[in-house]
Order: sequence, then structure tokens, then C-alpha cells
Amino acid sequence: MAFRQDSFGELKVPLAWTAAVALIVCVVIAVALILSDRRGTVESSVHQSTQQAVDTVAAPVGDVISTPGRWLSGAFDWLGSYWNAAGENRRLKTELMEARRVEDRATALALENARLRTMLKVATDPAMPMVTARVVFDGRGPYRRAQLANAGSGKGVKIGFPVISERGVIGRVVAVSPNASRILLLKDVSSRTPVMIARSNARAILTGDGGDNPRLENLRGADPVREGDKVLTSGDGGIYPRGLPVGRAVKGLDGRWRVALDSDTAPMDWVRIIQFEDFSQIEGGADMTSGVLPDVKTEDPAARGSRTIAVPQTATPAPKTASPPAGVTPAPKTATPPAKAATPPAPKAAAPVQPKPAPPPAAKAPAQAAPTGGPP
Amino acid sequence: MSFQAARPLDPWRWMGAPALICLGATLLLGLPFRLLGLQLPEPVFPMICVFSWAVIRPSILSPIVILLIGIVLDLLWGGPLGLWGLSMLVGYGLTLSMRAMMLGQSRMMMWAWYAGVCAVVQLAGYLFTMLAFQHSPNVLAVIWQLLATSLLYPFAHRLIDRFDDADVRFR
Repeated sequence: MAFRQDSFGELKVPLAWTAAVALIVCVVIAVALILSDRRGTVESSVHQSTQQAVDTVAAPVGDVISTPGRWLSGAFDWLGSYWNAAGENRRLKTELMEARRVEDRATALALENARLRTMLKVATDPAMPMVTARVVFDGRGPYRRAQLANAGSGKGVKIGFPVISERGVIGRVVAVSPNASRILLLKDVSSRTPVMIARSNARAILTGDGGDNPRLENLRGADPVREGDKVLTSGDGGIYPRGLPVGRAVKGLDGRWRVALDSDTAPMDWVRIIQFEDFSQIEGGADMTSGVLPDVKTEDPAARGSRTIAVPQTATPAPKTASPPAGVTPAPKTATPPAKAATPPAPKAAAPVQPKPAPPPAAKAPAQAAPTGGPP
Repeated sequence: MSFQAARPLDPWRWMGAPALICLGATLLLGLPFRLLGLQLPEPVFPMICVFSWAVIRPSILSPIVILLIGIVLDLLWGGPLGLWGLSMLVGYGLTLSMRAMMLGQSRMMMWAWYAGVCAVVQLAGYLFTMLAFQHSPNVLAVIWQLLATSLLYPFAHRLIDRFDDADVRFR
């Protein structure tokens, strides 16, 4: 058995044992690291600053190192296009003819669309500002699919911004340093993206699993998706704008619906980061970020000042004889069957509303309604 | 045999330099490079170190360096901190515990052992990721990375060949 031969040699501790102790200590440290890195939200991660520091260093290094790779890639592309020139020429001519037909149709539809929008006074979405960035590092492992782009907070990039390539969505920004941003791809095992099927308008959650084709989960409705259906962002949740192209639905080897991403067909060197924060950009940020709650719609002046959530008067049971005495909590109106919606609203003077924080949950309402809700 | 005859290994030669080379190779393979539309594979280069260090000799420094490499991988790839460190330490511990069985075997058998250790590391990564994200990663992607990593054994063999006789106490 081997022993140490340095100044601690007198201890005569077998080296295999000390190695085992070091191994156990390191395992404990690694477990502690994993447990401490359970990020509920990317913004609150305690490791964010470390990640930012690494990204700040890695981005310029990757930028420099990837330059010969881009040249090489460009050279191969050039060679490939040279050999396939004749076939590509025929294909492009066919595509051009088809594109001209589509363009004519699109122009007519756009004019009609604009006219109808004007008639209906529909507010159109403003154009989103974008930041163009170059991908300098591309993690392709099964446990993390993320990229590093060379534009950061210095160029106005923030956490949560969606990122697209020239063909479609690739992911969103999850970490930002002054000169770099880390993009979580749609394929990542922790990525969840609300999408919709363009043909059926069915909603689904695009769930990454580390493979090239993320799954379509939580599909609802009859025949919601078919092979080749176009998949777009639905805009639900406010992370992505609605209608960005994602890919096409395909049946996976495991029988599940998956998506062949449009962005996979494009070179990934350049990406565009959309400076889309939330729907307040579309709906009018001033109204949504002012912090002032909208005025309460209620029949009772006393409740107006107390920020009580108003119950729709159409659901109020009409008191047949008299109102309950003051101090008695009125019955929760949410428990009222819909058939009573036609009941005439209660008279204003008969509403004995005491300011209360919020109505109880609907599930508990019937039990509480029995003793207090009926007339005395 | 007297201990005076033993020639201690220089940690920089058998640990520092290989670790840096593996991290450099990881950085190179992480570049956004496509050849005729195909992406390059992404093997776990540090598995070369994990396997060969355990085979060459037990050491106090090895687990520490493996943990540090794992943390660098996590920061580089953007994964949860500690994922690769823990997974590779599982592989290192397994190799260390089975070292007596592996020593002296043929190159092909050692390759098979290496592939087995890589599979255990991938399995550990799979389970830890599943626990962390409550969602199972794609098995095909895991197998693809396992295959790419298993093909790196010749580099591990070269490292073992170069250093396993350097310290006669561990023959």
C-alpha cells in the first residue's frame, strides 16, 4: 500500500483513503452547488454574477476564435453552392415564380387588411426595435442548449427578450452581461414556450428536451394538429410577441408531436434580439405601468374607496323583503347560479356593503351562503 | 522497494496541462460552426481526464480538479452549477473503486471500461437534470453525446500510457 512521502509522511495515511475522503468532500460540495442553484427565476439566481463574469470573458474570446471557423464555413458553403449551381438555379427560378404569385396575393390582402383595420379602428402592433448580434458560443449538449451572443446590456439587451434568426424564433435571453447575452434555446430541457397551430388556432406548450425537435405538449381540441402544420408563438404569457414563426409539426419516433424548428434551416451566426418586454409595449405602456389601479365599478359609494373587488350586479340575488342588518357579511354573489343573472339588480339603498378585502373563493361560497345569504 | 526510488508525478504534467487542453477543446467544439449544414458533435472532453487520472493513481488533487472542471463546464454551457462536477465525480469514484480490476487489461477492454464509465456519467447527468427540471432530457441526444465521448478513448489511453509507470508505487 502506498503512503505519502512529503512532510506529512509520518502520518502514514494510505493515499487511496485520502483520495476517497477528497472525493466525498468534493461530491458534497457539488451537491450543495446544485441545490443552491435551484433557480426559480433567472433573475433571482445567486449565481447570476458568476455567470455574467464568465460570459463577459468568454464572449470576446469566442468571437476571436470563431472567426476562422466562420471563414471555413463560408468557404464550404461557397464550394457547395458552386457544385450545386445548376440545380439551385432551377430551384430558385421555380421558387421565384411561386414567390411572385404569393407577393401579388399578399399585396392585395395587405391592402384589404389595412382598409378593414381602418374601418374597425383596430390598433396595430408597433414595430419592435431589434439588436443584431453574432453567436460566439453554442452549447449543444443534451442537458443544456444555450448560446452566447456578443450583444449585452450595453446595447439595451435585457433578460427575457425573444431572439430570432432569419427564419424563426430560436429562444430568449436568460442572462445578460455588459457585452454578452446568454440565449436559452427552444430546445433546452428547461424551455417552455406557448405556441399555437396556425391552421387550427389550437394552443400548446412547446417543451424542449435537449434534442433537436422539441415536443408539443398540452394540445387540446379535436384534431388540433396535422403533419406539416405551421407552428407560431401564441403570445400567451407575454414572453414572446404573437405570431413569430417557430417551425412545422412533425410526428416523432416516439409517436409524440414535435416541431422541426425553422431556425435550424438557417445559419446560426447572426441573431436578432427583439426588444420586447411585455404587452404594455403594444397596449400602451403608460397606462399599464403607472401603478394606479383602474377605478372600481360598483354600485356602492362606500366600497369605491376601499378597493373592494366588485361583484357583477347581474349575479346579485335580489333581496325579497329587506336587506340584512348592518355588520352582517352579505352572501358571496359568485355562488349564485347563472339562471339568476336575469334577476333585476338590487336597489342601491339596500346594499349593506361593509368594506372587505376580497370575496371568498367560489368553492366555499355555497356553505357560507346558507346561513347569511338568505333573508331573515 | 524503498520509497526513495519512487518518482512523484508533477501535478502540472499529468493534471494541469491535460485539464487545460480538454477545456480548450471544449471551447473550440462549442463554436457555432456548421459543416455542409451539419453541426459538430459535442463530446465531454474532460472525461479523458476523469478516467485516466483514476487509472494512473489515486490522488487528493484529482477530485478537486474534476470539480473545478465541472464548474467551468457548467458556466461555459450555462447549465445548473455543479451538474457536470457531480456527474464526473461519480464516474471518477467508480473508476477509482474498480481500478484494481482494470489495470493490465488490453486496450480494447480498457476502451470498453471507458465507455462504461462514460455511460454511468451520462446516466448521472440524466438523473440530476431530471431532478433539477422535473423533465426528462432526450435519450437520443444523450446517446449521441455518449458515442462522441466514447470515441475519445485513444487520448485517454495515451495519457495513461505516459504516466501509469511514472510512479512505481502504483503499478
